Amino acid sequence: MALFALRRLVLAIPLLIGITFISFLVIQLAPGGPFDYLRSEETGQDPKLIQRLNEEFGLDKPLPVQYARWLSRIARLDFGRSFQPDNRPVLHKIGERLPITLFLNILQLLIIFFLAIPIGVASATRQYSLFDKVTTVFVFIGFATPDFWLALLLMILFGVNLDWLPISGLRSLNYEYFTFWRQQWDFVSHLILPVAVAAFGGLAGLSRYMRQSMLEVIRQDYVQTARAKGLAEPVVIGKHALRNALLPVVTILGLSLPGLIGGSIIIESIFAIPGMGQLMVQSVFSRDYPVIMGNLVIVATLTLLANLFADLAYGIVDPRIRFSARRRRR
Amino acid sequence: MRASRVSALLALATLVALGGSCVRDGEVAAQDTAGAHEKAAHGDTFVNASIGDITGLIPSITSDSASHTVGSLIYDGLVQLDKDLNWAPSIAESWQFSKDCLTLTFKLRKNVKWHDGRPFTADDVVFTYKAMVNPKTPTAYRDDFEPVKDVQVLDPYTARVTYTRPFAKALGSWGHAMLPKHLLEKYVEEGKLREAPQNLNPVGTGPYRFHEWKSGEKVVLVANKDYYIERRPYIGRIVYRIIPSQATIFLELKAKGVDMAELTAIQYERQTDYPAFKKDYNKYHYAANRYTYLGFNLQDPRFADKRVRHAFAHAINKAELIEGVVMGLGREATGPYRPGTWVYTDKVKRYEFSPTKAKALLAAAGWTDRSGDGILRNKDGQPFSFTIRTNQGNEERKKVAEIIQQRLKEIGVQTDIQTIEWAALLKEYIKQKRFDAIVLGWGTGVDPDQYGVWHSSQNGPDQLNSFSYANPEVDALLEKGRATCHQQERVATYHRIQQILAEDQPYVFLYFRETLPVVSSRVRGIKVEAAGIDYNFIDWYVPKSLQRYASP
Repeated sequence: MALFALRRLVLAIPLLIGITFISFLVIQLAPGGPFDYLRSEETGQDPKLIQRLNEEFGLDKPLPVQYARWLSRIARLDFGRSFQPDNRPVLHKIGERLPITLFLNILQLLIIFFLAIPIGVASATRQYSLFDKVTTVFVFIGFATPDFWLALLLMILFGVNLDWLPISGLRSLNYEYFTFWRQQWDFVSHLILPVAVAAFGGLAGLSRYMRQSMLEVIRQDYVQTARAKGLAEPVVIGKHALRNALLPVVTILGLSLPGLIGGSIIIESIFAIPGMGQLMVQSVFSRDYPVIMGNLVIVATLTLLANLFADLAYGIVDPRIRFSARRRRR
Repeated sequence: MRASRVSALLALATLVALGGSCVRDGEVAAQDTAGAHEKAAHGDTFVNASIGDITGLIPSITSDSASHTVGSLIYDGLVQLDKDLNWAPSIAESWQFSKDCLTLTFKLRKNVKWHDGRPFTADDVVFTYKAMVNPKTPTAYRDDFEPVKDVQVLDPYTARVTYTRPFAKALGSWGHAMLPKHLLEKYVEEGKLREAPQNLNPVGTGPYRFHEWKSGEKVVLVANKDYYIERRPYIGRIVYRIIPSQATIFLELKAKGVDMAELTAIQYERQTDYPAFKKDYNKYHYAANRYTYLGFNLQDPRFADKRVRHAFAHAINKAELIEGVVMGLGREATGPYRPGTWVYTDKVKRYEFSPTKAKALLAAAGWTDRSGDGILRNKDGQPFSFTIRTNQGNEERKKVAEIIQQRLKEIGVQTDIQTIEWAALLKEYIKQKRFDAIVLGWGTGVDPDQYGVWHSSQNGPDQLNSFSYANPEVDALLEKGRATCHQQERVATYHRIQQILAEDQPYVFLYFRETLPVVSSRVRGIKVEAAGIDYNFIDWYVPKSLQRYASP
C-alpha cells in the first residue's frame, strides 16, 4: 500500500504541472494587468511606470519564458511576492488564510459524513416510511437552496432577529478581553452559521447517495444469508451491509473535496471569513498573478492528495482491494 | 404565532434580497443629536465596515479607497480640506504664494511628531517630494509634483517650493501624506518603497496610530495621544472590519455589529425605515463628488453630429432617471461640477425632456422613419442602432442604461446593452475606442482641473479623453485654468468650460448621486457640511454612558 501511494504521488507531479500550465495560460489571457491599479481618475495613467514595473516583474517576457521562470521558482518552493502594493510573500498571504479554510472544510466534511451516513442508512432500511419521506423532502430543499440565500435567511433569523449568533467574521471585537472559555465559545459561535450553511447542500446529496447504495446492498444474497443465519438486524446492517454500501460513498466524498474548497468562495465572502476563497477572489480581481498561481498550486495539490486519500480509504473499507497484491500479480 | 414569525422572516429576507417594496416616506436627514448635558468623552471603539481589504499602508503607492481611508488617519498632509472643501492648515501652520504663483512657502508646526517620537521637519517635506518624483516609486500621483522645480529647506520649520510654471493644484498637492525621511529614505533610493516595513507597520504623524492589520479580517487603529493639536481624538480605537458582501454589511448594521456603513438608495429609503433602526442609527445624506454620464464615441460619424447628441439630451428624462435609479437621492448634472461648489454654474444651456424636439433634431440630421415601422433610418436605409456598454457589477449604471434604452426606443433609436467586466471593458473597448456609447461615472476630485478628461491632447489609449472630445476653446481654457493659483481667476474659466460642454454635449451629463451614510446614534459631534461628515472625525465622541467597547 505504501508503494502504491508513492507511485501515485510520483505520477501526480506531471499532472500538477499540466494543471498549472493551463491555469497560467488562462490567467494571462484575461484582459487587464496587475499594475492597472496605478491609474487614478484625476491623474490618468503613467505608461512609463507601468512599463517599468512590468519589466521589473518579468511581465514583458514571452509567456513560455514567464512560465518556465515561474516553474523553476516553484520547484525551489519560491512562490514569489504579491503584486499588490503590500508586496508580501505569497506564502505568507496563503499561510494565514489556508488554515481557516481547511479547518472549515474538515469540520463541514465531518458533519456531512457523520450525519449523512446514519440518515441514508435509516432511510434505506425504512424505505417509504415517514422518516424516508421527510428526508426526501429535505434533500430536495437542500439541492434547490442556493448557499447565499440560505446564509442570508439564517443570518436574519439567528443574527438579527433572535440575536443568538454572530453574523460574520471569526471573532468578536472584544475577543482579547474575554476569559479563556468565553474565547472558545466566541470562536465556535462564529463558526456555527457558516459551517451549517456549507454542510447543508453536501449533507442532502451524500445522504441520498448513501440511501441508494444501501438499498442496493441490502437486496444482495449475502445480506439475506446473514439474516437467514439468524443474525440480529443491527449486526446485518452495521457489519455486513454498511461496509459495502460505504464503498461508493467514500469515492464520492473524495471527489467532492475540490468542490468544497471552491465552494468556500461564497461562504467566505458572505460570512466575511478571511480564508483562501476570499483571497482568491481578491487576487483574481487585482490580477495578482503570483497569488493566484500560488493558490492554484496549493488547491490542486490538496485535490490530488484528497483523491489519493479516497483511493486508500477504498482499500480500508473494502478489504478485497489489496494494493500490494495487485502489484505482485503483475 | 411561530408560523407567522417564520413567514415574517421570509418576507424580510425577500426584502433584503430583492430590494423591498414598501412605501417611501419623507426626507430623513439626521443632524447631531448631542444634548447640552452630554460631555465629550474619550474612549470607546468605532467599528467601520469596509467592503475591500487594504492593499498597503504607504498612501503614495496605493490607489484604492480602503487604503486611503485608513491612511488618511495615520498620515497628515501639509494642508487638509476643511468643512467647506477649502484647503486649510494641517501640519503646516501657514503658507504664502508669491505673486507670480511660482513659489509657495510653508511654515510648519513645531510640535508635530512622528509616531516613533522623532520631530517632523522641513527635511521630511523635501524627502516626500523626492520620493514622489523618483521614477522608481510606483505612484499614481506623480503628475501632482511634476511642475515642481525644487523644494528647499529654509530652516527646520520652513520649506519653499519653486514651480516651473504657475500650477493651480499646487496647494492641494501638498495634501498628500508626508512620509518619514528617517525611516524610508533608504527604500526610496533603492526603488524598493513597496518592500519597506512601514508598508505593513506604518509610522505617520496623524491622529491615529497603526495597531494591527489582519489581512481579510480587520485593520485596527488607536488614538495618537501625542497628536499635535494638544489633544488626542476622542474615539479611542477604530476597527475597519473587512466584509466583502454588501448584504452582510447591511445585516451587521441591523445587528449593531458595525457603527457606520454606506447604504444604497433602497436601503436608505425603505429597508431602514422602521423605528428600531432609526433609534440606533442616524442617517445622513450629501451630494457625492461623482457624476454618471452617457458618453459618445465622437469618432463615430453618427455621434460626431452635434444635432444627434442634442437629440439624445432631449430624449433622456433626467428626473425620471434620478427617481428610478437612486430613488430621488441625487441631483441633475448639467456639467462635470457638483452643484453647490465654487466652480459650479447653472447658467448653461439646458435640454428639457422632449421626444418631439429629439425627433426633429434627428430628422434634421438625416434620421427619419422612412418605412413607417417606427425605426429611424438614414438615406441609405440603415437603421439608427448602437450598443451602450457599461461595467459589470454596477446595478445602478445598468438600470440607467435600461431606462435610456427605453426612451431612445420611443424616438425610433434601437440600442443593445452590454455589461462587461471592468478590466475587459477598459482594455478591449475603451482604450481601443471600440464602442458606440458608454454609461460610466467620474469622480470629480477637489480641484476643478479636468485637463485629462477634456483636453484634445489627452486621447491616447492610456489617457482619459477616450471619447475623443476636441474643442480648441476648451483646450485653451483648460490650459489657462490650471496655470494660476488665484481662485477668482479660475471661476470665470470654469464657468465658460461648463457652458461650452453643455452646448457640445460630448456626454449627456445625467446626475450626481448622494452619499448615504448611517452612523450609530451613540456617536456625537457629527455635522453634515459640503465636505460630507467625516472631515472632523477626530471631534466625534461617545458620551461615557453610551460607550460600548473597551479601548486602550
